[in-house]
Amino acid sequence: MTADATPAVRRSARSIVWTRRRRAFARNWKEYRRNREGLIGLVMLAFFAFLALAGPWLVDPETTAVITAPGRPFEPPSSQFWLGTDEFGRPILALLIEGARVSLMVGLIATVFSIVIGTVVGIMAGHFGGWTDTVLMRVSDWLLVLPFLPLAIVLLVILQSSSWLQISPVTAIAIVVGITSWPATARLIRSQTLAVKSRPYLERARALGAGHWHQMSRHILPNVMPLVLANTTLTVAGAVLAETTLSFIGLGDPLRHSWGTTLDGAFGSGAISIGAWWYLIPPGVAIVLVVLAFTWVGHALETVLNPRLQGR
Amino acid sequence: MSAISLLEIKDLTVTYSSSDGDIPAVRGVDLRVDPGQTLGVAGESGCGKSTIVASVLRLLPKSATVTGQILLDGENVLEMGWGRLRAARWAEASIIFQGAMHSLNPVQRVGNQIAEPILVHEQTSEQEANARVGELLEQVGLPASRAQNYPHQFSGGQKQRLMIAMALACRPKVILADEPTTALDVMVQAQVLGLMSELVRELGVGLILISHDLSVLSRTCQRVAVMYAGKFVEQGPSDQVFGSPSHPYTEALAGAFPTIGDRAFRYAPRGLAGDPPHPQDLPTGCPFHPRCPVAQPECPTAVVELWPSGPGQSAACVLVRDRDRVSR
Repeated sequence: MTADATPAVRRSARSIVWTRRRRAFARNWKEYRRNREGLIGLVMLAFFAFLALAGPWLVDPETTAVITAPGRPFEPPSSQFWLGTDEFGRPILALLIEGARVSLMVGLIATVFSIVIGTVVGIMAGHFGGWTDTVLMRVSDWLLVLPFLPLAIVLLVILQSSSWLQISPVTAIAIVVGITSWPATARLIRSQTLAVKSRPYLERARALGAGHWHQMSRHILPNVMPLVLANTTLTVAGAVLAETTLSFIGLGDPLRHSWGTTLDGAFGSGAISIGAWWYLIPPGVAIVLVVLAFTWVGHALETVLNPRLQGR
Repeated sequence: MSAISLLEIKDLTVTYSSSDGDIPAVRGVDLRVDPGQTLGVAGESGCGKSTIVASVLRLLPKSATVTGQILLDGENVLEMGWGRLRAARWAEASIIFQGAMHSLNPVQRVGNQIAEPILVHEQTSEQEANARVGELLEQVGLPASRAQNYPHQFSGGQKQRLMIAMALACRPKVILADEPTTALDVMVQAQVLGLMSELVRELGVGLILISHDLSVLSRTCQRVAVMYAGKFVEQGPSDQVFGSPSHPYTEALAGAFPTIGDRAFRYAPRGLAGDPPHPQDLPTGCPFHPRCPVAQPECPTAVVELWPSGPGQSAACVLVRDRDRVSR
C-alpha cells in the first residue's frame, strides 16, 4: 500500500463501512420481522405518526372550533360524523386527529428529556461511585418516592405560572413528565453500568491510560445503549399516559386538543350520564393503541438488540 | 547494579484495608527486570502475584496502601502525578490480562480496541493507527484484515494473541503478563508462550510472567521467583530453582506437577496438605512452617529472609541458612 493509493483506499473503506452497515441493518430487520407484535406495533405507530403529521391538512380548523362546529351536540355516529360529535357539535374524529399531534409530541419530548437525563445521571453515578453516586441516587430516590400526581401538578403550576420562562402549556407538560420520569431510567442505567464496570475490559482501559470520559463514552455507553433504546420506547408509552392524566385533570392547554383533553371534555360535559359512548371510547382506545404499539416495538427492539433473547 | 533497569521494585508492601482490619497482601518484595529478560513469578492463588502486577501501574483499589518503591525506567510510579501516571500507563509498561476472553469489549471491533492505546497516547491520525494495528496483528500471527472482526469471532488462543498485540501497541519497555495462558489448552498455550518469548528476544522488552503453572515458567523464563504469603521464598535461575529447589515449598510445588507416563508418580503422595494461610492470620516466624514437611523446632519463631543457596539462587528457609553455615 503506497502513499498515493491512500485516497482510493480510504474511499473504498468508507463504502465498505456502508455496505456493512446496510447488511447489519438488513440482518436486524430480518430478526425484527420475525416478531409479529413488533410488526403490528410498527404499523400502528406509522399510522398514528401519519395522523399527527398530516393532521392540519386532514382537518379544517373550523370544524374543531366551538363556534363554527358543523354538527349538533352529542350526535351519535353517522355517515357524516363517523365517530359522532361532542357537546359543541364538533366531530370526535377531527378532535382525535388533532389530538394525536399533541399527545405524541408531548410523549416524545418528555421521553427525550427523561432518557437523556436518566442516562447521563445513571452512567455518572455508576462509573464514579462514592459521593457522586450517593448524591445522584438520593436525588433520584427523592423523586421516586414522591407520588407522581401531586409532584407533577405542583411542578406544572410553577412552570406555567412563571412569567419569565414563557413556555407553552404543552411544553411545560413535556418537561414535567420528563423531570418526573428520569429516575427510573437512571436506576436502570446505573445498575447496567455497574455490571459493565466490573468487566475486565474496563480494567484494561484504565491500565492503558484511558480517562473517565473515554471510559464512559467508548466503553460503558455502547454497552448500555441497547438498554437505553429499549427503555426509550417503553418510556414513550408511559409519557403518553402521563400527558393524558395531566390533561384529564384539567392541566392541559385549553386551546389545543389532545386525547387527554378530549377525555376531560367527555367527563366534564356529562357524556357518561347521557350515554354518549362515542365521545368516551375513541380517545381511550387511541391511547391504549399507542401505548400498546410503543410497548410492542420496545419489546421487539429488545429482542433484536439483545442476542440472548434471539431465537426464542 | 549501577545501570537503571527497566523495572525495579524495592521493598514493596501492599495492604488492603477492610472492615475486618488490614490485610497484608504483599509483604516486602524486591525484583528487577532487564531488557530482553523474562522473570517468572510462581505461587498459589491468593499469594499476592496479581497484586504486584496491579501495583506497578497503580491499578489497585483505593483501599490498598502501597509502600516501597516501584521504579519504572528509574522513575518512581508511586510518586507520579495523575497526568504523568496516565501517560506512563501502557506506554512504558503494559499488561496482558488474565482471561483474554473478557478483557475485550464485546461491542467494539478488535482493530479499534488495539488502536485505542495508540490513539490515547500518541498524536497520530487514525490511518496511521490502523496501519500500526495491521502490523501488530501480523506480528502476533493474525491476518491484518481481521481487525474488522468482533471479539466473539476469535478463538481463545487468538484472543490471547490479540491481547499481546494490544500490549505491544505503544512499544512499552516492560510487559506484565498476568497468567496469560490460563484457560488455554496446552497446544495453544505452547504457541502463545513461544510467541511471547520470541517477541521478548526480538524487541528487547522486559517481561514479567505470572503463573501458577511451573511448566509455563520453566520453559519461558530465565529467572523465577516463588511467592508464598506475600513474600518471595525462593528465587534464582529457573532451571536451578525447579531442578534443585532449596525451599521446601518450591520442592512441593515442583513435585505436585504430574509427570505423564510415570507410574510411580500416581501412587506416591504429592502436593501439600492444607491451604495457604489467610494474609490476616499469618503464622509466626516462617509463614510456611505449619505446612512444611521438614519444619524445625525453631521455625515458628525464626525470622526468615532470602539466604543464598546456590549460584544466583536464594531461598528463605532456615535449613538453607544452616547449610550455608555448615559448609563455610
